[in-house]
Amino acid sequence: MSKIPPALQYTEEHEYVALDEADIVQIGITDYAQGELGDVVFVELPTIGDKFDRMHVFGTIEAVKAVSELFCPVAGEVVDINGALDKDPSLVNRDPYGNGWMIKLRVKRVDDLKELLSASDYAAHIGE
Amino acid sequence: MTLKRTPFYDFHVAAGGKIVPFAGYEMPVQYPTGITKEHEAVRTGVGVFDVSHMGEFEVTGRERNDFVNRMTSNDVSTLDIGQAQYSAILNDQGTVVDDCIVYQFGDKLMMVVNASNIEKDWAHISSRRSGDVRLRNISDEVSLLAVQGPKAETLLRSLTQVPLHDIGYYHFKVGDIAGVQCFVSRTGYTGEDGFELYFRNRDAGVMWKALVEAGGATPIGLGARDSLRLEMGYALYGNDIDDTINPYEAGLGWIVKLNKAEPFVGQEALRAIKEKGVTRKLVGFRMIDRGAIPRHGYDVYLRDTKIDVVRSGGFSPSLKEGIGTTFLPTHSVEPGTRFQVDSRGKRIEAEVVRMPFYRQGSARKAKASKA
Repeated sequence: MSKIPPALQYTEEHEYVALDEADIVQIGITDYAQGELGDVVFVELPTIGDKFDRMHVFGTIEAVKAVSELFCPVAGEVVDINGALDKDPSLVNRDPYGNGWMIKLRVKRVDDLKELLSASDYAAHIGE
Repeated sequence: MTLKRTPFYDFHVAAGGKIVPFAGYEMPVQYPTGITKEHEAVRTGVGVFDVSHMGEFEVTGRERNDFVNRMTSNDVSTLDIGQAQYSAILNDQGTVVDDCIVYQFGDKLMMVVNASNIEKDWAHISSRRSGDVRLRNISDEVSLLAVQGPKAETLLRSLTQVPLHDIGYYHFKVGDIAGVQCFVSRTGYTGEDGFELYFRNRDAGVMWKALVEAGGATPIGLGARDSLRLEMGYALYGNDIDDTINPYEAGLGWIVKLNKAEPFVGQEALRAIKEKGVTRKLVGFRMIDRGAIPRHGYDVYLRDTKIDVVRSGGFSPSLKEGIGTTFLPTHSVEPGTRFQVDSRGKRIEAEVVRMPFYRQGSARKAKASKA
């Protein structure tokens, strides 16, 4: 069983969204996703100021065995990236919801957050 | 198609192996600690690989040696009893039907072939059988575990009376390991010292328990098997070699013995190819730009012209960078030659390097001291 913190929201593409402030969210990939990907060796992140629409690709994640794109769960502007992943991409495996986060995003429409999956929806989606 | 299982399937599941379809079998691609840890276990300790899906053909009969010599490109007549040889099965065009290992037992030969090619190889070989030669496909009766790593000999020594130290690189003996009758072969696909153990399916449980549960060897999945062999530049059938590629192109000229006593399938074609010279060669490369891993099938560009695809590619856990193989025109194969790999729309800079990528493997020492 993978960890699915109840307070977070999720996408079917295995990103999670954690509300930081009123309109700022932290985004990363779920524990289930890191387990499926295996050992992460590079994470390619956007630049601060980049804007993405909902479900547009904001980066890529290279694991030993597979490469996967990262999809932006909601439209918004990147206000911070996790520079620590450049030195130690395995943080994504060890602590996906904590030190393995990827970007912080200023959400364009806060209402969009309602479209995301709840923890129980996501658990059902991955069959747990 | 129904997927087959090796006799170790339940052990893989019990160890938490992630099971994937591979060459018609359900095989573990990795165990819970992950590919990087498994890779390191083989480079520094000892790992156990279930490679029972590989195929084995037994060849007997008075004319067995000449027959296998006709079917393979290397020279069977140079083998002593108890010696093995890397070789290739070719078609009439001189391209590769499969790569294989030939074992000389004295009263029989054994050919070990790739799992995905068992049926094709069997059709190729059995249709060319002639004279006093008997062929038996024993693939489904034989279990095969590779025990690989600098500590492989130490582990096996605790389980056997067989004088392992006397088995040189690419040599083998028949004997008991953990009370199980085996062919004990000092061969492998990792670049580390180690052995491959062939034994009966019914002994699979005893052997796995002795090596893994009691012996402490780390189970290794297909993922690390691939990263280990890629670091050594060992060819993988279906990636680096196939039936559109001849051995000279793939850097396997050393297993083609054009002047051996027995004519072999593909010989005439290869003679002509050698005379003319090849136009492309398999090269190893490393990514210069960090951040992208070359994957099998990615397009390769030389001076803006698409020239090939990545044949084998991946992240090297030992070197911590993306490495791969591809075919480049013969005029552009010198180490240092730059070209590009298209990683999902982005051209990433790569450079030709000499293989093997990884040069610290314990197999080199074993080879030097015991060959």
